[in-house]
Amino acid sequence: MPLRGCPAAGSLLVLLLAACATRAAEITFELPDNAKQCFYEEIAQGTKCTLEFQVITGGHYDVDCRLEDPDGTVLYKEMKKQYDSFTFTASRNGTYKFCFSNEFSTFTHKTVYFDFQVGEDPPLFPSENRVTALTQMESACVSIHEALKSVIDYQTHFRLREAQGRSRAEDLNTRVAYWSIGEAIILLVVSIGQVFLLKSFFSDKRTTATRVGS
Amino acid sequence: LALYFHSGEREEKCIIEDVPSDTLVIGNYKVQRWDMHRQEFLESAPGLGMFVTVTTPDAEVLLSKLYGPQGTFSFTSYLSGEHAICLQSNSTRFVAFAGSKLRIHLDIRVGEHFLDESIVKAKDKVNDVKIKLEHLIEQIHHISREQNYGREREEKFRKTSEETNSNILWWAVVQTLILISIGIWQIKSLRDFFISKKLV
Repeated sequence: MPLRGCPAAGSLLVLLLAACATRAAEITFELPDNAKQCFYEEIAQGTKCTLEFQVITGGHYDVDCRLEDPDGTVLYKEMKKQYDSFTFTASRNGTYKFCFSNEFSTFTHKTVYFDFQVGEDPPLFPSENRVTALTQMESACVSIHEALKSVIDYQTHFRLREAQGRSRAEDLNTRVAYWSIGEAIILLVVSIGQVFLLKSFFSDKRTTATRVGS
Repeated sequence: LALYFHSGEREEKCIIEDVPSDTLVIGNYKVQRWDMHRQEFLESAPGLGMFVTVTTPDAEVLLSKLYGPQGTFSFTSYLSGEHAICLQSNSTRFVAFAGSKLRIHLDIRVGEHFLDESIVKAKDKVNDVKIKLEHLIEQIHHISREQNYGREREEKFRKTSEETNSNILWWAVVQTLILISIGIWQIKSLRDFFISKKLV
C-alpha cells in the first residue's frame, strides 16, 4: 500500500505521454456536391494508424478518398468507394492529410463518416511502476473494458449500416410514391386524349364514309 | 487536439452527431487564423471567436454561444437523433481578403468518460479500481442507451418499408382500376360516336 504514493506520479506521467500518442477522432459531416474536404493530423513516426470511412446518405453512396503523407506521397487512393478501412504505420514525423471528394457528383450531397485512430489505446492499468501483478479485480476490469470497447465499435458499425439502409428505404418510398402518382396521371391524360383525338379525326366534313377498324 | 481542417473566414462548418437521448457530448476546439504577411497560421488570434450552434433533430437550437479562439462546449441531448454542431467564426474584418482561411482543430467526445483525469485523482489501490468500475458502468449505460435508440430506429425503418410495400400495392390496384374503367369508357364513347356519325 505505501508503495503506491510515489508510483502514482510516475504513472501519471506515463499515462499523459501515452494519452498524447493515442487519439481517435470520428466525425460525421456533410459533403456538398462538387466539394472536397480535407483533414490533417500530426503523427509521430512509427505510430500505427487506421482510417475507416463510410458513406451514410446521398446518391450512389460513394465517395473518393485519398491519404497522403507529409511528403505528398499518396498512401491510399480509392475512387467511388462506399466503405473502406485502411491501416498504415507512419514512416516519418509530420502532418498527414486525408481528403474526401464528391467532385464527380453534380447535385447530390453526401453524408460521410470517418474514424481516424492514431496509436493503440493506453493500458487500463499502467504497468510500468507496479510492484505486483494485476489483481483479479483489475484483470477482470481490463477484460470487461476490452469487451465493452469492441461492443461500442460494433454498435457504431451497426448504427451506420442501419442509417444507410434506412436512407435507401426512404428514397425508395418517395420514388415509388411520386412515380405511381405520375403514372396514374399520365394514364388518365393519355387515354382521354386518345379518345378526343380520334373523335377529332372524324369531325371534319371532308371524309364521309371512311371505314373504321380492321 | 490533433485533427484539424481548414475553413473560409465566414464559412460555417457543421458536424453531425447521431446520438441517443440523455447523452452528454463534449467538444473541444481551437481555431487559428492565417496571417497573410507571415504566410503561416498565427498561434493565437485576439478577438477571434467562434459561434457554436447545436441543433436538435427537430431543428430546434439547443446551444448557441460565442466562444473564444479556444474553447470547450458541451450539451446533453434530450431527443435521440442527428444533432448538428455548427462552427462559424465571428470575424468581420478580413472578409474582403481572398485566401484568408481558418484552421480549426476539433475533438468531439460522445457519452464519454474522463479516464485520464480520474487516474490523476486515484491515490490508492481501492480507489483506482473503484474509479475504473465507475467508468465501466458508464460505458455500459451508454451502450444500453445506444441499443435503445437502435430499437427506435429499426422500428422507423420497418414502418418505412411497410409503407413502401403498401404504397406499391395500393397504386398498382388503383392503376389497374383506372386502366379497366378508362378502357370501357373509351370503347363506349367511340361506339356512340361512330353510331352518331352513321359510320357503323
